[in-house]
Parts: sequence; structure tokens; C-alpha cells
Amino acid sequence: MTTKADLIKKEKLDRQIMALRVAKEFQDGNTVNLGIGIPTLAANFIPAGREVVFHSENGVMGYGEITLPGEGDLDLVNASGQTVKPAPGMCFFTHDESFAIVRGGFLDISVMGAYQVSEKGDLANYMIPERQVGTIGGAMDLAFGAKKLIIAMNHITKDGNYRIVKKCNYEITAPQCVDLIVTDIAVIEVTKKGLVLKEVAPGWTPEEVQLLTEPKLIVAPDCHDIELM
Amino acid sequence: MPINKIVNSFDKAVADIKDGATIMVGGFGTVVSMPSLLLVALAKKGVKNLTTVSNSTGFGPDVWALQGAKFPEDMDILVRNGLIKKAIVSAPVSALYVNNFEKLLREGKVEIEMVPQGTLAERIRAAKAGLGGIYVPTGIGTVIEKGKEKRIINGREYILELPIKADFALIHAYKGDRWGNLVYRGTSRTFNPTMAGAAKVTIAEVDEIVELGELDPEAIVTPGVYVDRVVARPKEAAPRGPIVDKQAKESRKRYEDEIRRVYKKRGAK
Repeated sequence: MTTKADLIKKEKLDRQIMALRVAKEFQDGNTVNLGIGIPTLAANFIPAGREVVFHSENGVMGYGEITLPGEGDLDLVNASGQTVKPAPGMCFFTHDESFAIVRGGFLDISVMGAYQVSEKGDLANYMIPERQVGTIGGAMDLAFGAKKLIIAMNHITKDGNYRIVKKCNYEITAPQCVDLIVTDIAVIEVTKKGLVLKEVAPGWTPEEVQLLTEPKLIVAPDCHDIELM
Repeated sequence: MPINKIVNSFDKAVADIKDGATIMVGGFGTVVSMPSLLLVALAKKGVKNLTTVSNSTGFGPDVWALQGAKFPEDMDILVRNGLIKKAIVSAPVSALYVNNFEKLLREGKVEIEMVPQGTLAERIRAAKAGLGGIYVPTGIGTVIEKGKEKRIINGREYILELPIKADFALIHAYKGDRWGNLVYRGTSRTFNPTMAGAAKVTIAEVDEIVELGELDPEAIVTPGVYVDRVVARPKEAAPRGPIVDKQAKESRKRYEDEIRRVYKKRGAK
């Protein structure tokens, strides 16, 4: 029988594939904010033919892809400080305006990373656990403001501990805010009834995903392998 | 008498900032959006026990020098010189490495009030706009709500957040005129126009001072009425505009390795 220890070592999806799966959620005409890390990569995988507008906390909307190293304009960066390309329709605004957009509910989707997500959809992603300090930045506003919040993260910690937990034991960023969790082994929807396992990585079974998840998962009747296109 | 807010040196521009003052510092994360030379002048003056209001607490000049910034000083110059007593800030530490602010924080040498970024921006705007407070949903059910008045409005729960008013606001803009009208460039707008007017005295560091009437009235972001002083960077200021650095282009890896090396030197894992 497969043990938890085997599963910790078992091959999982890489960051690019996770980003690809996240990007599948972006619908035509959506306004999207991408956090640092895996979420940023998702900008490279917009499904063909879809027009998606990216918002960044530092006062820009509608920018293009990340530039090549050494190219770009230092006055045109995303919230991670990476230079991005200008694009038709792009506009700039002040910081208070930027967060009026966030809080006012004008973002369709916000994607960010996390340390923990609870079965109720509580999010913990600002306090760096091992350093006992943190940076709230724009995460709280985004968690409270976006219509749909997607979390992209590894399913377990490097030490094999649960990240999807019954109750967060780190300081939370916002309660009951997460809608969808995309991990390196599964796609899980947060519903009022509980966490619904919708998709598993190729080679993984729902039972195996459950072994690495603290709360009880509800396996969707049509649970299937993660579809990337 | 014609209105003239132009001050001809950075030292003069900050001359009346005293120990214990509350100062706002514009910009976001990257140094090009910050009033770098005003910070240098302030650090040189050596004022102590400052309360600062800013988005971040700085990465330090070595990181920005890698990007080729001519004026690489950010908030770190105030941090590493021990001039800050308390920081009101949204993004105090970096997930990538331990900055100087985090070191002081751990040693208990600096106080902190961490504020969600949107709340920080709106509390600053509230001070400028003469408001007594704002009701904000961000932070309900988290540490942010502790000790604060709450109210349900139209069925949703809000926290009362109070305005943040400073003695001085140090901001950066692209161009300004003698009335203090300002325009910005790209993503270097950020907190700068938000903070303009939210202090008793607003000091704008600009790349270039232009004649009154040269700025397109449709394009002016900050009306001059919010600004008290305008000071220009030296003519040889880093050129704004697209950069193409052929050396950096050779290899992203080399650039990233270099950043890692700098981070590591400063105590990253």
C-alpha cells in the first residue's frame, strides 16, 4: 500500500504546468491581478483568442508580457518589479485609484500564492512562518476585493506538512475568501459543503490526494485528470 | 509676485525637517519611483526619531545599482542610518532575503504599524481630502481589526480607519512647474500623487522643471495647490525611456545569479 512518505516523494506537476492550469480559468474580457511567483507565470499562457486585461497594484492596467532581460523601461514594471511591455489600451493611475479598483470589485480574478488554505477557504499568506515577520502588501485587499480568488501553491510543504488544513495556524490574510486551489497534484474548489476535488494530476488518484490533505475531500462525481487546454 | 515653489538644492528643500517629524515617502518598490535625492539629503542632515509612512522599507542601493539606477538610494538609507523610530508601512520585509529593516525589527530597535496597501493609500488620501476617517472592509476577521471600531453598513462589516497626516511628504514626479503642477511617468506614479497634499509640507523631487504652461492641463495629475516645494534632479539624471542593455540581455541567468549573490551576502538563506 502507498504510504504518505511515498507520496511526498512522488512526482508532481512543475510550476509552468500549474501556471498553465491557472490560466485556463481566465475568461474572455476578464480583469485579472497576478501575485508574485507561479501566478505571474500564468500571464504567459492566455488561451488563444481570449482578451484578458492585467491589473497591477502599482497603478497600471492592460500591460503586455514581461520583457527580455536587459530590455524594457524601468518606469513600466509590474508589482514584482519586472519590466513589462506596453500594449494598446494600457493606462496608468494613482495608488489610491489602484485599490479603488481592487476593493470596488472591478477585478474578476485574483491569483496568489499561499502558505495555508483552510477547508472554509481562509487564506494565510502574509506571515513568513519561519521568520515570524511578514508583508501584507496588497494581499489583504486583493483577497477581500476580487470576485474570484484562485490560490496557486504546492500541495504540501517541503517537510511534507499539510498546506490545505482544517484550520490555519498562521495569521490569516482574509477569512473565507478562496474559491479555487490549484496545486501540483490537484484542483480543488472551495464550496459551502466543503472542499470538492475536481481534478487530479496525471498518475494521481483521489485517495492519494486525500492522504496529503488534512480536511476530508468531497470527490466530485466527474473528477478527472487535470486538463490543460 | 509670481508664485515660485522652486527650491534650488535638496539640502534646502529638507532644511526644516526636524527630529521626531512624521514623513511620507512616495514610490512603490522600485527606486525609480522614489524621491531618492531627498532621502539622501535627509540622511545627510541626520534627523532622528522619524515616523515614516511608505509602501516599503527599502532594498538598499546595491540592488538598484545592478539595474543601472543613477540614484539608487531608497528607504534603506534612513533604515541603515538608524533614523526611523516607527514605520507605518505595507510591505516591510522581503520574502527573498532579510533587509536591514527586518534586522532592526528583530532587535527591537524600530516600531512598526503594518497596514494593508489599499488601506494605507486611502488613509493617506483621507488626510489630504479632509476626512475624519474611512470605513474599510479589508482586514475584517484578521489582526487588522483588533482594537478598532466596526460598523455594519448595507449588510457588510467595515472597520473604521483613521487618516494618516504627515508633517512632510517627500515625493517624486517626472516633470513639474513653478506652481507645483506635476506629471508622472508610467508606473512611477504609485503613492506619489496620493501623498501630495497629505502633509503640512509637500516636497516634490522632479526629473525636470518646465516653464509654466508647458504641461498639458489635461495631463497634469497633481494640481500645484498640493505642492509646496519643487526641486530638480541634476541635468545628468538617469535618462528615462526604454533601456536596452546588451550585456544584461546576454543571459538572464547571470543577472539572476548576481542578484542572488547580493541577497546572500546580506543574509538570505
